[in-house]
Amino acid sequence: MTYNLIQSSQPPVKNRGFLNWLLSNLFSTPANSALTLLSLLFLYWVLPPFFQWAIIDANFIGSDKSACTRDGACWVFVIQKIDFFIYGFYPDEAHWRVNLSFVLFFVFGFLFRFLPVNFIYKILVFMLYPIITYFLISGGSFGLDVVDTDKWGGLTLTLIVASIGIVAAIPFGIVLAFGRKSKLPIIKNLSVIYIEFIRGVPLISILFMASVILPLFFPEGMNFDKLLRALIGITMFQVAYIAEVIRGGMQAIPTGQYEAADSLGLSYWQKMLLIILPQALKVAIPNLIGASIALFKDTTLVLIIGLFDLLAMVHLTGTDNNWLGFDTEGYVFVTFVFWAFCFSLSKYGKFLEVKYNTDYR
Amino acid sequence: MFELLNSRKFRNIASQVITLLVVVLFLSYITNNVFNNIEQRGITTGFGFFNQNASFGIAESAIEYNDTTSTYFTAFLVGLINTLIVSFAGIFFASIIGLIVGIARLSKNYIIAKLSGFYIELFRNIPILLQILFWYNVVLAALPSPKQSISLAGDIFLNNRGFYIPRPIFESGFLFVLIAIILSIVLIYFINRFANKKFDNTGKETPVLLIGFAIIIILPLLTYFISGSPLSFEIPALKGFNYVGGLNYSPEFLALTFALSIYTATYIAEAIRSGIEAVAKGQKEAAKSLGLSPYKSLKIVILPQAIRIAIPPIINQYLNLVKNSSLATAIGYPELFTVFAGTALTQTGQAIEIIFITMLVYLFISLSISLVLNIVNKKLKVKGR
Repeated sequence: MTYNLIQSSQPPVKNRGFLNWLLSNLFSTPANSALTLLSLLFLYWVLPPFFQWAIIDANFIGSDKSACTRDGACWVFVIQKIDFFIYGFYPDEAHWRVNLSFVLFFVFGFLFRFLPVNFIYKILVFMLYPIITYFLISGGSFGLDVVDTDKWGGLTLTLIVASIGIVAAIPFGIVLAFGRKSKLPIIKNLSVIYIEFIRGVPLISILFMASVILPLFFPEGMNFDKLLRALIGITMFQVAYIAEVIRGGMQAIPTGQYEAADSLGLSYWQKMLLIILPQALKVAIPNLIGASIALFKDTTLVLIIGLFDLLAMVHLTGTDNNWLGFDTEGYVFVTFVFWAFCFSLSKYGKFLEVKYNTDYR
Repeated sequence: MFELLNSRKFRNIASQVITLLVVVLFLSYITNNVFNNIEQRGITTGFGFFNQNASFGIAESAIEYNDTTSTYFTAFLVGLINTLIVSFAGIFFASIIGLIVGIARLSKNYIIAKLSGFYIELFRNIPILLQILFWYNVVLAALPSPKQSISLAGDIFLNNRGFYIPRPIFESGFLFVLIAIILSIVLIYFINRFANKKFDNTGKETPVLLIGFAIIIILPLLTYFISGSPLSFEIPALKGFNYVGGLNYSPEFLALTFALSIYTATYIAEAIRSGIEAVAKGQKEAAKSLGLSPYKSLKIVILPQAIRIAIPPIINQYLNLVKNSSLATAIGYPELFTVFAGTALTQTGQAIEIIFITMLVYLFISLSISLVLNIVNKKLKVKGR
């Protein structure tokens, strides 16, 4: 007796491949089909006109308004004003100083990553970066001309404000988080009052306070410039949020860790700095990145107290008499820049979250 | 001596005393400087300005406000009310958009899920101030002038001066319609209770939703016609350069509400999505194996558990929305910050009083919302048996 094995046949067309995917994903029920068609209609209504405007009909080449003869976007405006958007009123002949600072950031980032020394030394080396950048951008020594802070602007200013706010807030935030977790009532209450007060009011009111009231807090003759005042305000604000993020991280550490540290006879500071904080920071990374993105977006508020960050520059060039009516292009450009920064930061946060997730699951 | 330093109790007290001393010294240093500076610059102090005439115009006010005779206190109230109005409108729309998008993001429909994801990733990565300025300066400014207004559905008009809808005028007979609405709500409540009891006793279901809809539509509508249609509309009409009559929403209000809703909705959607995703898979499978329909399992199994997780972050977003409404100052919508910390501050020059009052108002709103959050959290806590 012989057996003829029947070749297994493929499932019916309906149940495989693309058609199956279509049927089960997009057209499974009448309601679902209607939704699919509606959203396709929406895409058809939005996407082609946008690409028509932004790319196909757009003007890219030229030097003034008259070059924009086609119906679409006038990117000539953005291209002509790009220096303005990046450097603000920073003098043309000194742009290389800003550029060099950008390049140095990556050099130091590279050093930080690959220098074969202890982590503490790496941080010390990296600390050189803000010092060098400060001398480069503000000038006044090493034969560089002084550039006053009211000339700083554009994307440069946005990045300066955001990075100083993010970095300066972390050490203070850690201290405040310790304070709030402390068992000492006075220290705990002072921390709680500060954190809850700052978190309860809008950033703009803190910026107003920093720019209007702060000068009154110090004796006559002690002058802060506008940028420094904004930086103080932004840092004061961010500290409260960072403290809450780190406290959240500390709460996620099992009590066993605290007890183990205590039973090893570690002092409070040894326990907090060597056992709790490293683990808490690791847990808190996603939220730290989230808070940093939030601050990066919030730096745009400095335009209300009269600093010229990227958004303010676009806002300002929209009123340029030679380029009236092109603020749409400006806004689309600045939207794209902010979006690109925030989106890549959030993706970087996801990456770090996976990288530092050392739990054995 | 060393023994004392080594005693934990002593060190605890000493560190607290030192901290307190530093804080108090710093605060008194600041206060001292403030008084010196105020004296030197000749700034008036105190809260007397509240009773003075404000003498500046406010474009929109819900209460009576007169440019010449109203006081700063009235101006303050106008601003506060506008803040509350724009916050409520923002919260309302953000919740609706957020709920829809959050559920849509988990849809099995590929296009719908991707579109929702795209919306969230796009709008939450753009600064809210930029969005406000974009809607105000680019989109709303590009609308046609009043003479070429876009007419949306009959007597609703949209132009670069604002958004115009007919104003409902309630006549005395409308009271009966109101009573009918209240009556039908009470009726639905009792029907619901009856249906639940019947379900518990017999396992038979009553289509409460359908009956409820029927009652709340038919009963007031009947009363409306019986009482002789006591509702009329004041229709906006083009007179001269603009529309007159009807309800008018300014471009500032529209841009602010729109931007706040669109921006906050992305966060609410994410909260709802993570809430639904956090419900254990076994719960969904159990609901399915009990033979519940997708709608039923969403309604009585998934959502009650998801809401418990989603509500706290959502309330936090409401709080953020209220705080973000202060950005109205960039486009000049007359809410608290624009009116009080803006115009009133420049006119009186009393920065300290005004900024601290403004901060206290926001702080009060924030603390009230946190209070609500705490109560809700307590209510939503899983009750073990």
